[in-house]
Amino acid sequence: MLAMDFRGPRRVRAVQKPMPEILHPEDAIVKVLRTCICGSDLHLYNGNVPDTRVGMTFGHEFIGEIVEIGSEVTEVKVGDRVMVPFNIACGRCICCKQGMYGNCYESNSESTAGGGFLGYSHTGGGHNGGQAEYARVPYANFGPTVIPAGMDLDDAVLLTDITPTGYQAAEMAGIQPGDTVVVFGAGPVGIMAARCCWLFGAGRVIIIDQYDYRLEFAKNFAKCEAYNFRTDMDDPVMFLKKITDWIGPDACIDAVGAEAEGNVMQTITGRKLLLQGGSATALHWAINAVRKGGVISIVGVYGPTDNLIPIGNVLNKGLTIRANQASVKRHLPRMIDHVMNGILKPSLLITHRIPLEEVAEGYHIFSARLDNCIKTVLIPPTANR
Amino acid sequence: MKKTAQDFAHIPGWGIDADPKNDPTYPNRHRTGEEHDGRSWERPTQQVLDREVLHSIERPDYTAVVGNSVPPSGLSGMIRRFAFKYSENSYLHWLPLVMADKVNVVEGLLDDLAHGTVPNIWAEKGYNSEWKHDKKSLFIKLGTVAALTAGVVYLMTSNNKGSKPKRG
Repeated sequence: MLAMDFRGPRRVRAVQKPMPEILHPEDAIVKVLRTCICGSDLHLYNGNVPDTRVGMTFGHEFIGEIVEIGSEVTEVKVGDRVMVPFNIACGRCICCKQGMYGNCYESNSESTAGGGFLGYSHTGGGHNGGQAEYARVPYANFGPTVIPAGMDLDDAVLLTDITPTGYQAAEMAGIQPGDTVVVFGAGPVGIMAARCCWLFGAGRVIIIDQYDYRLEFAKNFAKCEAYNFRTDMDDPVMFLKKITDWIGPDACIDAVGAEAEGNVMQTITGRKLLLQGGSATALHWAINAVRKGGVISIVGVYGPTDNLIPIGNVLNKGLTIRANQASVKRHLPRMIDHVMNGILKPSLLITHRIPLEEVAEGYHIFSARLDNCIKTVLIPPTANR
Repeated sequence: MKKTAQDFAHIPGWGIDADPKNDPTYPNRHRTGEEHDGRSWERPTQQVLDREVLHSIERPDYTAVVGNSVPPSGLSGMIRRFAFKYSENSYLHWLPLVMADKVNVVEGLLDDLAHGTVPNIWAEKGYNSEWKHDKKSLFIKLGTVAALTAGVVYLMTSNNKGSKPKRG
């Protein structure tokens, strides 16, 4: 089958690989219909996450049709079209029982902070992902959720990661009616987070980024204020204080993580030398800008560290600043309702539809922000394009 | 401070999820008391370990399901095995993994060549898209690389000339 193949930082290709197999009685094999390139994939692509091995297949955001099931799979059947949450969750461990599906104890042997993630580095358990024609999906009784009749497949694929992640980012901000919320990062997750802030009753939503085309997109999609930190201000923290009557916003959302730009020292030590868990520029701005007693919500991914507080582990373990990987399965019922009722239309974020064969171009376009790219969907040749 | 706007009718769904009692997202909502009992859940069937999987020493065993992506191999595999002797709290876990990744990239190139594949670096970096959408940036990058290469070659050549022993 055709699959994405990681060759090293900023080098990927599509190659033929062996078909995935049932390796556990609760596994399913899914024929991929749509798969995305996520901002989190860029952390791997750029070489910022340790133990990302040459030969891996990325892709944690995908939907597909079940073509084979293991002997203990009872909740889905061959032929079902399913959304596959990016978290691999057993559904029965102590974290899963509490709805923390991003923290499952039974899906990631290789690190203990997060649970298992499809198509992530080996710090996410070393599971191959869905940027392929077929993918192995563990714990098929629990994770995969049947796509409701009538749901657009492009909406469905965006419910497997970025929509729930944006939604959880807004929820974790603890928004009270009328609150001012600032979102750092106008990538797909940041834009969705800004959009979802309104659902929790925000009174003012502001998004900060450095690319005008993304800010323009955010303004239209999320109905929020949008500012460019390169051109609209000298110092983002000063600027945010100033426009909030020198008090600061009630909540700040870090939807950037390790790839942040805007600070030279952070870039050198965090992104180039990997001496800390990436560039924590957005997190610094969020902490310094928020009002006293405010809330910081982190969904931006950070790598492991040696001289920075291990903020990535704060995220992966769901500790209280309020940070976590989105527990997709927990949100899906409400996300499905919102999509079916027209409250959210995630597919409007998709700007590029690229054949899986051109995965390298897809990554480069998304990574280099070429062609006004917001969100890229890859479509395998077997998916009836 | 800007006051709350008066009319949010233009925002579909404004406030629809504002009621904390109707909050689907907050973790730890279903505490059962079992969290005091340690690893008390009924564990799923253990996946057969038919390939080498490294596991964190911060847990006593493997998870019921393990990944099947790329087993450790070669020199990078040796470095990774070393890293997994240390906890995730240790520099000796993370820094060797960073190093192993870099070694692994070289191994990948050698593996390609050993299998008769010459990696198409241009294509793997997706530069066709940059050629299509941002030629200016591409020319700057190529120009920079060419200038640096020429500079290095010049310096090396100059040093060689300068280091020749004088006659007499």
